[in-house]
Amino acid sequence: MRKSYQGIWTLAALAVAFSAFAGTAFAGEVTKYQAGERRSGYTYAKKETQMIQDDDLANPGYLWVDEGEALWNKVDGKAGNSCASCHGGKVVRLNDVATRYPVYNAKLGKMQSLEQRINQERQEKMGAKPYKWESKQMLSLTTYIRNLSKGKPVNVSIDGPAIPFFEKGKKFYFQRRGQLDMACAHCHVDNPGGIIRANTLTQGQSNGFPVYRLKWQKPGSIHRRFRGCNKQVRAKPYGYGSDEYVNLELYLAWRGRGLQVETPAIRN
Amino acid sequence: MADKLKPHTYERREVLALAGTGVIAVAGISLFPVTASADAAAVSKAVMKRIGDKSTKSGRITLELPQIAENGNTVPIGFEVDSPMTDSDYVKAVHIFAEKNPSPEVATFRFTPANGKAKVSTRMRLLKSQNIVAVAEMSDGSVYMVKKAVKVTIGGCGG
Amino acid sequence: MAKARVKVPKSVKKGQAFLVKTLISHKMETGLRKNKKTGKKIPRKIINKFVCTYDGKEVFSSDWHPAVSANPYLAFYVKATKSGPMNFKWTDDDGKVTKKSVKISVSG
Repeated sequence: MRKSYQGIWTLAALAVAFSAFAGTAFAGEVTKYQAGERRSGYTYAKKETQMIQDDDLANPGYLWVDEGEALWNKVDGKAGNSCASCHGGKVVRLNDVATRYPVYNAKLGKMQSLEQRINQERQEKMGAKPYKWESKQMLSLTTYIRNLSKGKPVNVSIDGPAIPFFEKGKKFYFQRRGQLDMACAHCHVDNPGGIIRANTLTQGQSNGFPVYRLKWQKPGSIHRRFRGCNKQVRAKPYGYGSDEYVNLELYLAWRGRGLQVETPAIRN
Repeated sequence: MADKLKPHTYERREVLALAGTGVIAVAGISLFPVTASADAAAVSKAVMKRIGDKSTKSGRITLELPQIAENGNTVPIGFEVDSPMTDSDYVKAVHIFAEKNPSPEVATFRFTPANGKAKVSTRMRLLKSQNIVAVAEMSDGSVYMVKKAVKVTIGGCGG
Repeated sequence: MAKARVKVPKSVKKGQAFLVKTLISHKMETGLRKNKKTGKKIPRKIINKFVCTYDGKEVFSSDWHPAVSANPYLAFYVKATKSGPMNFKWTDDDGKVTKKSVKISVSG
């Protein structure tokens, strides 16, 4: 009896040792900026840049969080409501939005990004005009709402009705495009940590968006980043809110599952 | 914090050595027949405009800068001046210059004994790799200077 | 646009030099950029002066040039004397002023 009991414990010890070794096949190590082999862009940034992100007062993204909160509480549109009118002053029910979006919308029959949902609510519930994708208002509101999920792990659903859209996003990610004939994967799967034209490549994760890019000197949406990347390989960019980009956004969120929401992140 | 240097006035041969690296720091010795880059001369002129015809000493002020800036448009910079900040002995002002920027002046910080510490952090724009010069004016009229290099790369990728 | 953020410690001891952090949203347009479509220079428009007053006097000020980054961050120290407001003032090239005030709580 004792002999077989020992054997089970030896097997268990071996299994634990093996799983620690296996990487993404198992859960792997989960730290603040890493989930198994998935690494936040934070881990590729220089120390000084990380320090700007870590300090809530020094982090300029918080200027947009503040503005987003002001917009959240501001009455707008024919119905005489603000976001807070329905969602409540404390916004309890929306503090996991950044871990879940994009979400399948049955009425639309496709995936819906946060920006699109905001505009849908503004038009239908508030009788207010939609915000332009990269406007100060939309960036402020999405930065504010996503910041409510800060620290929570990304956990987007790719099941059920989302499956075909996830597959489309995945296909886009691995598809060559543009005059440079490159796919997202070439930089972000094959070469993270490498240098291209004096920039350090990352895994291209989306957990910090809208990101305050030092280059932009303001926050920007992930669709803006997609457009920039597509232009850089001399491919015609898709539009803000295009199906292609919303599906890609879904794939990217899945690709970064387990990473914590860092909005507003600071990146180069 | 950097080690505290004993202040000293630059000797002639030391200025020549400094000039060889492209920096002329001492206002009164700008007539020396040494070749200096146009950038260093612009800083020297800007420094003179701020502190007048005074000689500068090294020490007491330290600069904190990244070795390589992530992006030239947001380069964190910090400085601290070793001073008791009492009514009789305090830092009056610190001036920051960037040698290779379109114009050398970055900012001036004016202190009073009410600060308690002459230590500041901010962020600046740098056009390219260059030297940053910080000049501290003390209440007794003495002036201290420090120079530090920062590398700035201009990235070509990233939409 | 939410203009400025300021952070000071919740409470400080008398005589203690405490850290003051400030951040303000501003493009800090240098005057060197050109409009890509028209080719014309975009005029300079920056915050050129920052002033901090506390306990009835100006304790710290700063002159800014276009080399100060957009959305300027400035952290400095002030010695705690007595409880009361600490006032901040940012002035634009065109004279426009942004003000902010925080309460300093001094013990001992």
